[in-house]
Amino acid sequence: MAGTGLVFAGYVLLHMYGNLKMLAGEEAFNTYAEHLRTIGEPMLPRSGLLWVIRVVLVLSLVGHAYAAFALWSRAGNARRTKYAAAKSAMRTAWMRWGGVFLLVFIAWHLLHFTFLKISPNPDKQGPNVTQNPYELVVASFQVPWMTLIYVLAMVALAFHLAHGVFSAQQTLGWTMTPHAYRRAKAVGYATAAVVVVGFLIPPLSILFGLIK
Amino acid sequence: MTDTTVNAGIAHGLYTEGEPVADTKAPAGPIAGKWTQRKFDAALVNPANRRKLDVIIVGTGLAGGSAAATLGEAGYNVKVFCFQDSPRRAHSIAAQGGINAAKNYKEDGDSTYRLFYDTVKGGDYRSRETNVYRLAEVSANIIDQCVAQGVPFAREYGGLLDNRSFGGVQVSRTFYARGQTGQQLLIGAYQALERQVAAKTVKQYTRHEMLELVVADGRARGIIVRDLVTGEIETHFADAVVLASGGYGNVFFLSTNAMGSNVTASWRAHRKGAYMANPCYTQIHPTCIPVSGEHQSKLTLMSESLRNDGRIWVPKNRDDCDKDPRQIPEEDRDYYLERIYPSFGNLVPRDIASRQAKNVCDEGRGVGPVVGDFRRGVYLDFADAIARLGKDAVEAKYGNLFDMYARITGENPYEVPMRIYPAVHYVMGGLWVDYDLQSTIPGLFVTGEANFSDHGANRLGASALMQGLADGYFVLPNTIRDYLAKGPFEALADDHPAVAEARGRVEQRTARLLQIQGERSVDSFHRELGNIMWEYCGMERSEEGLLKAIDLIRGLREEFWRNVRVLGSGDTLNQSLEKAGRVADFLELGELMCIDALHRRESCGGHFRAESQTEDGEALRHDDEFLYVAAWEFSGGDGDGEMSTPVLHKEDLVYEAIELKQRSYK
Amino acid sequence: MNLTLKIWRQAGPRHPGEMVTYKVQDISEDMSFLEMLDVLNEQLNAKGEEPIAFDSDCREGICGMCGLMISGEAHGPEKTTTCQLHMRSFSDGEVITVEPWRANAFPVIKDLVVDRGAFDRIIQAGGYISANTGSAPDAHAVPVPKPNADRAFVAAECIGCGACVAACPNASAMLFMGAKVTHLSELPQGQPERAARVVSMVDQHDHEGFGGCTNVGACSQACPKGIPQDVISTLNKDLRAALRG
Ligand SMILES: Cc1cc2nc3c(=O)[nH]c(=O)nc-3n(C[C@H](O)[C@H](O)[C@H](O)COP(=O)(O)OP(=O)(O)OC[C@H]3O[C@@H](n4cnc5c(N)ncnc54)[C@H](O)[C@@H]3O)c2cc1C
Ligand code: HEM
Ligand code: HEM
Ligand code: SF4
Ligand code: F3S
Ligand code: FES
Repeated sequence: MAGTGLVFAGYVLLHMYGNLKMLAGEEAFNTYAEHLRTIGEPMLPRSGLLWVIRVVLVLSLVGHAYAAFALWSRAGNARRTKYAAAKSAMRTAWMRWGGVFLLVFIAWHLLHFTFLKISPNPDKQGPNVTQNPYELVVASFQVPWMTLIYVLAMVALAFHLAHGVFSAQQTLGWTMTPHAYRRAKAVGYATAAVVVVGFLIPPLSILFGLIK
Repeated sequence: MTDTTVNAGIAHGLYTEGEPVADTKAPAGPIAGKWTQRKFDAALVNPANRRKLDVIIVGTGLAGGSAAATLGEAGYNVKVFCFQDSPRRAHSIAAQGGINAAKNYKEDGDSTYRLFYDTVKGGDYRSRETNVYRLAEVSANIIDQCVAQGVPFAREYGGLLDNRSFGGVQVSRTFYARGQTGQQLLIGAYQALERQVAAKTVKQYTRHEMLELVVADGRARGIIVRDLVTGEIETHFADAVVLASGGYGNVFFLSTNAMGSNVTASWRAHRKGAYMANPCYTQIHPTCIPVSGEHQSKLTLMSESLRNDGRIWVPKNRDDCDKDPRQIPEEDRDYYLERIYPSFGNLVPRDIASRQAKNVCDEGRGVGPVVGDFRRGVYLDFADAIARLGKDAVEAKYGNLFDMYARITGENPYEVPMRIYPAVHYVMGGLWVDYDLQSTIPGLFVTGEANFSDHGANRLGASALMQGLADGYFVLPNTIRDYLAKGPFEALADDHPAVAEARGRVEQRTARLLQIQGERSVDSFHRELGNIMWEYCGMERSEEGLLKAIDLIRGLREEFWRNVRVLGSGDTLNQSLEKAGRVADFLELGELMCIDALHRRESCGGHFRAESQTEDGEALRHDDEFLYVAAWEFSGGDGDGEMSTPVLHKEDLVYEAIELKQRSYK
Repeated sequence: MNLTLKIWRQAGPRHPGEMVTYKVQDISEDMSFLEMLDVLNEQLNAKGEEPIAFDSDCREGICGMCGLMISGEAHGPEKTTTCQLHMRSFSDGEVITVEPWRANAFPVIKDLVVDRGAFDRIIQAGGYISANTGSAPDAHAVPVPKPNADRAFVAAECIGCGACVAACPNASAMLFMGAKVTHLSELPQGQPERAARVVSMVDQHDHEGFGGCTNVGACSQACPKGIPQDVISTLNKDLRAALRG
């Protein structure tokens, strides 16, 4: 759980960093996208590293989701009679349903950007757009409902990470003093804040026309 | 003042006197060599034979838990019982202050002899020298053992163990673990016990209550228990039975003991022939949180260490008693302990501090709410300490106690003086045992608070934990083998008359309690008994009061067996039924306590007879007449609640290593 | 004050249970929660109804015997044990629900009483230091640095009440177990068995049917002794170290 979770967290941070290149303009972003695919050449074939990342991500996702559902069902078995009055355990609910929501989002997101099955902007269609990552992103987030989906997803992600990043450190045994414990909590919140802000800058900038 | 006429108890036909008893196991010779000699003399049991020997231990407190673990390690077949849901919850867990040991780590002049001397003196010269010496002798080993088990005692910055001085003793020999010493020691013993459970040398029976002792062919051979969950009555056999069932302070209803603490195991053994020694010796602790109303179910102790910095006072004038204490000027306060005992002041021993608190409240100068017909409380004031040391220092030392006080009373002790009042805390009396800790029934051993042996008429702070662990880790395992070496004894059949009798008695009693279906709840009887005991057999006892109490108790006991209401059935968890059985036994014990208190027409330690005091109201012993242990024999009474006249057997106390003196703390 | 109580009644382990509503009057603020239940039980007894079964012994907050889920919070609204909770924490007219600890590893015996034997079995699996009586060296033979001694003490304060399990959304006993592992791991005496201890305790924990820990922290918030969540971190670390060999 902790291992796979941190793989995601690391990936998300990198990904966010990449997305922020949007701010640096079309060229910078597209170079970056291209660079992603050429990195490691000629040692690796084109898109080699990208595939390595993809495989790691898919395996992690399977592992992560499997572990999550296993824990979930174990918890269900560990308390078959529920409390009549329970101060609801918000944190677990957020983690679990938030995780499921993220899973759905990832599917949507891949269909959208990777498989290009979703093209929400009626004004910007065709290979011009799909072959130009920068254009594609801009086109997508000029559509308010699409931006909304991403905003919601990022909020969910932030909650998931705020606890998840702390949780992973706890699981790895890095929080054995009160000081380290507080630090781990802070790292969790900080990661969440950075991610939510970082990811949302490009889409919101686009929506509000700061990036065209 | 010695009264040479016939003792009032005998005069009223309350008891008869039988042959003296004697402890025959302590070897001759100088006191320092006796224990080594006894260990050497006690027969050995070949390790291969130990597996064939069964030992039953009732109780998992410090005394029982440590014994079970140690006997398990030695390879005996042990069965251990407790009424709680886990051995770890035995009442020993509540002890706060600490445990004494003559380690002399502080090089402040402590020694085995000094610990022995202090304990005998503290007990007001009513304990048996040989036992106390041994206790002091093994005390150091206890600390070693506990540290090896991982008990987290307080340590200094250098990593070595810290000590403090406790209960008015002049050396620092008390080891402690914040305010939770009993808990930490018990968890240590519990873990050692669970290790043996895993090793299958010990079988543990939780939520099982011993209700009868099986004595066959003159030996203790087993117990009858009720499984408190299923209600099933079970018979368990063994070659020897150990009672480590704790104290019976709950005879007073309100005490600092846990709700379930009871006398049943001891009392059933007493009815089967084990003598009960000095039952009237009760310790009343001066620093408890006062009663707040009729609903109160138990009293909470606050560590004695509070007396190191707090000053105890009451208003000089009754009219000031309901005023805000902060508004009462210095000159209108009576710091009565400092006034009466200028050299010891607030640090006088427990019995003295308690009695003086009662005196000022009886005079109508108590503080706090009126409970019953007067105010039961005195101030324990930290204003001076806070001014002198600063609030932070006081908080560092006593913060957890202050928090507890605030939680229970809803008052902030940093702002308003605390209120305290004495409460029943510990019983020095218990089943009579010899040097081997064996009772008058062969094969029945008694350890910990359940026996009478080490504290005389008053126990010093931090020495009950020491005794429980000394008995369980070091003494019993060495002495019981002398007895077990004679075993294994012939197996008993379920239809052996002694077994059938014991079982039948439990079944009938249970059935009867459920059949009465009277008008009054068990608790109401318990409360009433408690009031009688506190009023007449509490901090001050008089002939007149005790005679009255005996009458009242007899009447109450008769009513109990006619009018108690226990609902529910016997074959499920039934807490009213459990309580009913315990209260029934308290109703018999209470009478014996009063008889014992009545016959001992002297004041000593926790036993203060109004008729026996010096001119300025201090306890007055009569060594010429009462230098003995009163061991009471149950003389019959077959039916529930029936007891005929008990028989007194005296064990003369011989002081060879210590000179008898009158205690003085002025 | 007057209160409405909704209390779980269950005749036995295999009987179905239900919430039953009771009213109590003239409750004093100075009563403890359990004394309030005592009052209710006296009333029930007088009416010929069987009293409500609940556990308690020391009533001082140290034995760990008591423990009720009070309006959805383990040991009620204050950070203390049920026996040390006082009625001044409630307000007149309040409706209070009272339930037993809920966890499959803590089966209900009757009404509010549960069986916490699983905790004993976890300790049996390794929650001890093997030191036979009589074999101990002098207590000063091995000094323990104060920081370790202090942390061991904090962890050793656990009273085994089970509130952590009751409060944990996963019904995990990780805080209880982490407390024991940390107590023993911090001490030099605990080192020889350190690796074996944690592995077999965790095995037993899972075998008893407790849930897995997802680091929610509700346990620590409910713990009357304030056992910090970082003890779980220590357990995790010891476990990984042990499994790596
Ligand atoms: C609040 C408080 C604070 C104290 N502080 C200190 C202190 O600081 N220092 C000190 O030295 N002493 C202190 N004492 C005294 C000391 O704690 C006790 O005397 C001592 O712990 C008794 O230990 P024990 O093993 O004899 O009995 P307990 O710990 O009382 O154990 C009794 C055992 O017997 C079992 N039992 C009883 N009856 C039955 C039955 N019929 N069937 C089955 N099982 C039964 C119980 O389940 C339990 O396991 C304190 C006492 C109190 C009340
Ligand atoms: C790519 C997005 C995701 C990231 C970045 C992520 C990250 C994390 C992290 C770091 C943890 C903490 C691990 C630990 O406690 O040791 C975690 C836990 C969890 N994740 Fe995810 N996760 C993601 C996706 C998902 C998905 C899709 C699901 C749903 C199936 C999910 C469900 C959970 C659950 C249930 C936990 C609970 C365990 C806990 O509370 O610690 N996560 N996640
Ligand atoms: C506002 C937020 C986001 C934006 C604007 C965004 C944008 C993009 C874009 C443009 C791509 C295509 C890149 C390429 O193919 O070169 C992409 C791919 C991807 N994104 Fe995002 N993303 C966002 C959030 C996320 C989040 C939160 C996750 C994970 C939880 C995620 C996971 C992925 C994955 C797995 C890929 C596929 C990479 C691959 O294998 O090609 N994205 N994203
Ligand atoms: S960790 Fe806290 S809540 Fe859990 S059993 Fe121990 S004391 Fe109770
Ligand atoms: S609440 Fe439960 S999930 Fe873990 S941190 Fe505590 S055991
Ligand atoms: S009854 Fe002992 S902790 Fe509450």
